[in-house]
Amino acid sequence: MGMTITEKILAGHSGRDKVVPGENVWVNVDILMTHDVTGPGTISIFRKEFGEDARIWDRDKVVVIPDHYIYTADQHAQRNVVFLRDFVKQQQIDNFYDVGTPDYKGVCHVALPEEGYTRPGEVLFGTDSHTCTAGAFGEFATGIGNTDAAFILGTGKLWVKVPQTMRFVFDGEMPDYLMAKDLILRIIGDIGVDGASYAAMEFAGDAVHSLNIEERMTLCNMVIEAGGKNGIISPDEETLKYVKARTNKPFDPVQNDSDARFAFEKKYDAAKMVPLVAKPHSPENVDTAENLSDVKVDRVYIGSCTGGKLTDFKAAARILNGRKAAVDTFIVPATTDVAKGLRDTKIDGKSLHQIFEEAGCRIGNASCGACLGGPDDTFGRLNGEEVCLSTTNRNFPGRMGSKKSQVYLASPLTAAATAVNGTITDPRKYIA
Amino acid sequence: MSQNKITGRAYVVGDNIDTDQIIPAKHLVYNTHSPEERKLYGKFAMSGVPEEKSGLPKGGIKFIREGEYQSEFDIIVGGKNFGCGSSREHAPLALQVAGVKAVVAQTYARIFYRNSVDGGFVMPLESVDNIYESFSTGDQVEIDLASNQIKNVSTGKSFELRPLGDAADIINAGGLFAYARKIGMISQKAGANV
Repeated sequence: MGMTITEKILAGHSGRDKVVPGENVWVNVDILMTHDVTGPGTISIFRKEFGEDARIWDRDKVVVIPDHYIYTADQHAQRNVVFLRDFVKQQQIDNFYDVGTPDYKGVCHVALPEEGYTRPGEVLFGTDSHTCTAGAFGEFATGIGNTDAAFILGTGKLWVKVPQTMRFVFDGEMPDYLMAKDLILRIIGDIGVDGASYAAMEFAGDAVHSLNIEERMTLCNMVIEAGGKNGIISPDEETLKYVKARTNKPFDPVQNDSDARFAFEKKYDAAKMVPLVAKPHSPENVDTAENLSDVKVDRVYIGSCTGGKLTDFKAAARILNGRKAAVDTFIVPATTDVAKGLRDTKIDGKSLHQIFEEAGCRIGNASCGACLGGPDDTFGRLNGEEVCLSTTNRNFPGRMGSKKSQVYLASPLTAAATAVNGTITDPRKYIA
Repeated sequence: MSQNKITGRAYVVGDNIDTDQIIPAKHLVYNTHSPEERKLYGKFAMSGVPEEKSGLPKGGIKFIREGEYQSEFDIIVGGKNFGCGSSREHAPLALQVAGVKAVVAQTYARIFYRNSVDGGFVMPLESVDNIYESFSTGDQVEIDLASNQIKNVSTGKSFELRPLGDAADIINAGGLFAYARKIGMISQKAGANV
């Protein structure tokens, strides 16, 4: 019996010829990423367990990307970044993207690929649940807690239960009103928020491989919202082109064996799918945008690791170009590269930045922003009873700030159409 | 964590309790290793659960009383997919600081489960059936790990728990670091007196 991509990567990183789902193995880690919210706790555990003067296992394999609570006056939040700075200096970590410097990046899951840290066939852990985003590059990537991360800092290893793989195949041509966000919401709506618990979710099919890298990242990003351990997409030419343009490090792409065993397989025809929305307060509470056309919103939010990449803003600008937003619309680029892209990317001779400004949107600085609420002064945070349509990943009670708010999740196209109309709107209304 | 019986009062919640409900993101800024600031994680534990669902079925039962950082409840009884959402280890830590001895749920989101076990914060026990509707907040509960049973002493009804399985070795050792020392993977000395 052959192995899936996920099984092969875990076998290769645990010194075995073969692993089977359910088995526990110790894997060697290629990259450990941490940020300002979970980094300080991780570092404290590392120091407590290995000693104040202990050295980390490999300073080239640790990446520190502050991104969560950046543009806030909250003293505790600012202290966390100082804490990271001290540790990075003590351990001589070069892979640090400090706040207030030209190195600052923003959202870690988008910054990691931009900086060449996501490579096919590797093992990446991060102290953030959306670390699974990097599965888009054909690597094993998953989120962990502070204790596990501290253990890796000292040893370079972590135990992993080998997940079974569930396979989701999208055939057919992607209509131009459909985005990766619609595909993943369809899956979560079908299998539920625990439908892939402990499993690897592989995305395959012509429609998936027709997506650009950023769209593939959106698919893998939300596997955690179905309980998945990791997302995975077989690396192809598009993947290699993207990765090789950003790193000189050698890597070893891995494909499914022809007789690999999948625990589950479901096929979809992308050509027949329609724009979707997850209603409050769960990502599995999925309906079509069309069915929700009587839902009035107070705010539209376009941002985060899920929906704040350049592809997401290009999509939103297609609809907002030459139109006005009828409700408060917040634009939060995931990274400084994306922010630069807003200025450099043009439609009809106008930059995306200009299009959003002319539409009356409010444009913020690169960071996680209000996706997870954050400190009270966070840009775009929901502080009352707002109804918000957002391109982010979670609509749990209180996720974006206030327990009394209501969050609807959708694609950037649906978000832009909703911004223009003031009620939830299927983007086909504006796309011929 | 290797005792055989856990007793205390239940705090009951439903399905899909996510980590934003267990500890809202705005509180993730306190120093987890400062004894004073650590208490704040207890103070705000479960504060993200909507008012109408707090302690079910009619809601409005505070997990932590005003001005306190420890709960009058010892055992959380939930349903499916407990701890879903973010990877924040502050979630099981907050429950530990609040004095929670165990969580009983039918299923867990994997990162929360892993964090609870590896960090040695709270014991995450799985019930065979979804049992939260058979408990009321405040009920006296008795968990017997030897026979894998949870008893609602207030009603006299018992329910089956799943054995700890793979996680037992790490839980019994007291967490990932203690386990790794026990099997000789990391040195005994490191951090022993810190």
